[in-house]
Amino acid sequence: MLDNVIVKEGENVKEGVDQETVDAVREVGGKYKYGWSTDIEMEYAPKGLSPDIVRLISEKNEEPQWMTDWRLEAYERWLTKKEPDWAMVDYPEIDFQDQYYYARPKSMAVKPKSLDDVDPKLLATYDKLGIPLKEQMILAGVEGAEDAPAEGRKVAVDAVFDSVSVGTTFQAELKKAGVIFCSISEAIKEHPELVKKYLGSVVPVSDNFYATLNSAVFSDGSFVYVPPGVRCPMELSTYFRINAENTGQFERTLIIADKGSYVSYLEGCTAPQRDESQLHAAVVEIIIEEDAEVKYSTVQNWYPGDENGKGGIYNFVTKRADCRGDRAKVMWTQVETGSAVTWKYPSCILRGDDSQGEFYSIAIANNMQQADTGTKMIHLGKRTKSRIVSKGISAGRAQNTYRGLVSMHPKAKESRNYTQCDSLLIGDKCGAHTVPYIEVKNSSSRVEHEATTSKVDDDQMFYCRSRGMDEEEAVALVVNGFCKDVLQALPMEFAMEAQALVAISLEGSVG
Amino acid sequence: MAAPAEKMNSTEAMIAAHPMPATKGWSKAARGDALARLRAMGLPDRRDEYWKYTRPDSLTQTDAIPAAVLHNDEAPLFDGIERLKIVFVDGVFDAEASDDLSMEGVSIERLATSDSDLHWARDLYGTLEKSGQTPVDRPLAALNTACATDGVLIHVTGKTSKPVSLIYRHMSDTSDAFLHHCIKLDAGADLTVLENGPAAARFNKVMEIDIADGASFHHVRAQGRDHERRAATHIFARLGTESQFKSFTLTVNGQLTRNEAVIEITGDNASAHIAGACVGDGEFHHDDTVFITHDAVNCESRQVFKKVLRNGATGVFQGKILVKEGAQKTDGYQISQSLLLDDGSQFLAKPELEIYADDVACSHGSTSGAIDEDALFYLRARGVPKGVATDMLTLSFLAEAVDEIDSETLKEEMMARLESWLARRRG
Repeated sequence: MLDNVIVKEGENVKEGVDQETVDAVREVGGKYKYGWSTDIEMEYAPKGLSPDIVRLISEKNEEPQWMTDWRLEAYERWLTKKEPDWAMVDYPEIDFQDQYYYARPKSMAVKPKSLDDVDPKLLATYDKLGIPLKEQMILAGVEGAEDAPAEGRKVAVDAVFDSVSVGTTFQAELKKAGVIFCSISEAIKEHPELVKKYLGSVVPVSDNFYATLNSAVFSDGSFVYVPPGVRCPMELSTYFRINAENTGQFERTLIIADKGSYVSYLEGCTAPQRDESQLHAAVVEIIIEEDAEVKYSTVQNWYPGDENGKGGIYNFVTKRADCRGDRAKVMWTQVETGSAVTWKYPSCILRGDDSQGEFYSIAIANNMQQADTGTKMIHLGKRTKSRIVSKGISAGRAQNTYRGLVSMHPKAKESRNYTQCDSLLIGDKCGAHTVPYIEVKNSSSRVEHEATTSKVDDDQMFYCRSRGMDEEEAVALVVNGFCKDVLQALPMEFAMEAQALVAISLEGSVG
Repeated sequence: MAAPAEKMNSTEAMIAAHPMPATKGWSKAARGDALARLRAMGLPDRRDEYWKYTRPDSLTQTDAIPAAVLHNDEAPLFDGIERLKIVFVDGVFDAEASDDLSMEGVSIERLATSDSDLHWARDLYGTLEKSGQTPVDRPLAALNTACATDGVLIHVTGKTSKPVSLIYRHMSDTSDAFLHHCIKLDAGADLTVLENGPAAARFNKVMEIDIADGASFHHVRAQGRDHERRAATHIFARLGTESQFKSFTLTVNGQLTRNEAVIEITGDNASAHIAGACVGDGEFHHDDTVFITHDAVNCESRQVFKKVLRNGATGVFQGKILVKEGAQKTDGYQISQSLLLDDGSQFLAKPELEIYADDVACSHGSTSGAIDEDALFYLRARGVPKGVATDMLTLSFLAEAVDEIDSETLKEEMMARLESWLARRRG
């Protein structure tokens, strides 16, 4: 069952697509390694959604009244919202009352004091997911383990298991640098002034159907605050694991990079293989002040469903970065390989003058997967720059859509955008689609959108060609070289997986 | 899904104001069908995604907004070309100004007077418009099929010796015209259709073109200069095996223009090219909406659209290439570019691809920007005054779209129009 092969007999791959690419896609998308589940005693909130459930979640997280009120207001707004239907995805109607909105391992009801107290099953889960051993103690929620020495490159991890954050590593070391990295439930208690100021300021409560739902029922997630002038001493990451059945995961991430700071943030996610589809609706908000920079990388590997489209995660995610200050910079990198349905548009609001937004995406859809993903670049400030590089790969009977918006406002003088979207079809039963929106409202800005493979940098092409490479080879080299840079920047357990994608070439790709 | 009540009310008001002509055995059924289609979808409003960038209000309100007639001394277009002229004044056929409707290899009739019960056009009228309603609604076209008062029915059986020239004169400030043309090309036939003139204060036109195997259809159009005119036009074309379709549109001025082209390639080895050049100044909103469907093997399509905008003018491009499953070896190309000569002007584009076949080469590009400062500097350093230099660069930008026209004579005529438009504005 697990060994779904992308290219089946009788399904022809057109000439020009090299075997390495086919193999790489098969390797990455064809086999789901994280489909097992942990048999652990869970504590659930009653099924369904109501103001009582919202209050219950708030209570479980020991939240102050203002937070509860915020959630309830979101719930009221959600009731008036319509589920969006414009994306090129097709799935059976979701019964929002037939879901659990809160699930946590029973053993997490009281925070364990020592390793012996931690449920061994929980330990085994993270072991199996390949989280570095030194960090595992902390992930298992053992207090005092922060002092354990770390080996090699340090990555602080916030591990979210269904509805709760199990633990956050290296908090002490980060604290020394002034960086706050904790679960959002902790932040609401410990740093209410920051949460109050920034939560919902980038993705407003009523932004869209799923974001509104998330605002009402988000159970946990990560919180990052990097103070002015601080370069975060290590990479931060969140590992999301859905385990429980019929349970939606609604996490909320809030990242604030104060003036002149820098942080690189990574996100990984997996879920067990189940016949029933599960809902995941997250919101990520990033605030970037003057001269600050945030890199946000995702390897999204939720369970994609089986080859007949049974099961899999419905991934409806709102991610948005607000470059508030001048010269602020944000970079989204995403490798999307999982989920039955993906609906995700990490966006950049380039408000500060000279701010920059970048979006690099590789989306692979296989079997019956459907991905509708892309970005929005909203240029408001002067001399703002953005770059979009998107590669979509479809195989099996999958549908892969790039959907994006580049908007140059009248005041965004002398701004610049460059967009490149490439799609590759492996097999003749899948689809690749491009839906870019381009809005230019001033004359000094330049916007370029292209979806041809022949238009990589001319100088680099000339260099390669003059050394005897044919055009296809040269394009593949140039683009893969670029990808490699991005992918190699991803540490952690998913780096291997992401790097396998580097073998994917653009041969035979279409706009 | 039934249209919302508000939409229904405006649709019913429109239907009441423009009743189906009480005529014609052969078109009656098609008109009735179109009316039912229209009622099911309702007229567009600004909440419709397909009208995201163009407000349809002035096209869907019951009465046309008055538009002053522009009196100018520009020489009539296509005057030096041997052609068969058919003249409509504010949507009404002008027999005196028109030529005799007989030409070798072609039968030409008028929609308003062809009242035989059995007519070849019965199989075409409203047919392509109907199939063009999926996957996107085009209610203004359905409205046209239902209530068109006139139009030409052209059946081409062989090679033609000269173009058919449709001339649309605008004489009344309040005219509201609905014309519907049907053109059928038999296997191996060819025809060139020229269109020019502002037509009416508000002009709603549909042209359905059925191109049989090996036939070829050329179309060159210049939409009139009247500043206040509004137009919603649709071209629906179906291409057979090894057939050819080529269309070029020049638009200068006009408060609102929405040109939709819906092209379906159903025969192998066919080719469809569509191009447009538009120049707008001030109160000018121009929208090119193109939908090309590839449903056959080894076909080619090409879309080239150029827009020059200034003083708050708006240019819109919505282009789509749909490659259906099995339409292998498709070569699809699409480019949309705008030149913004000053702030306040805007370019809004949605260049889409939807591809279900793996062995295809489809590409699209879209750019927007100002005049190239380096090129301008180069010209000025050589003593060319700034205004002239800007015009030279603007013309060369537009020339790429004009180059899509096959005929040298027509190409020159289009370039001359653009030059004089620029010269008038340079003052």
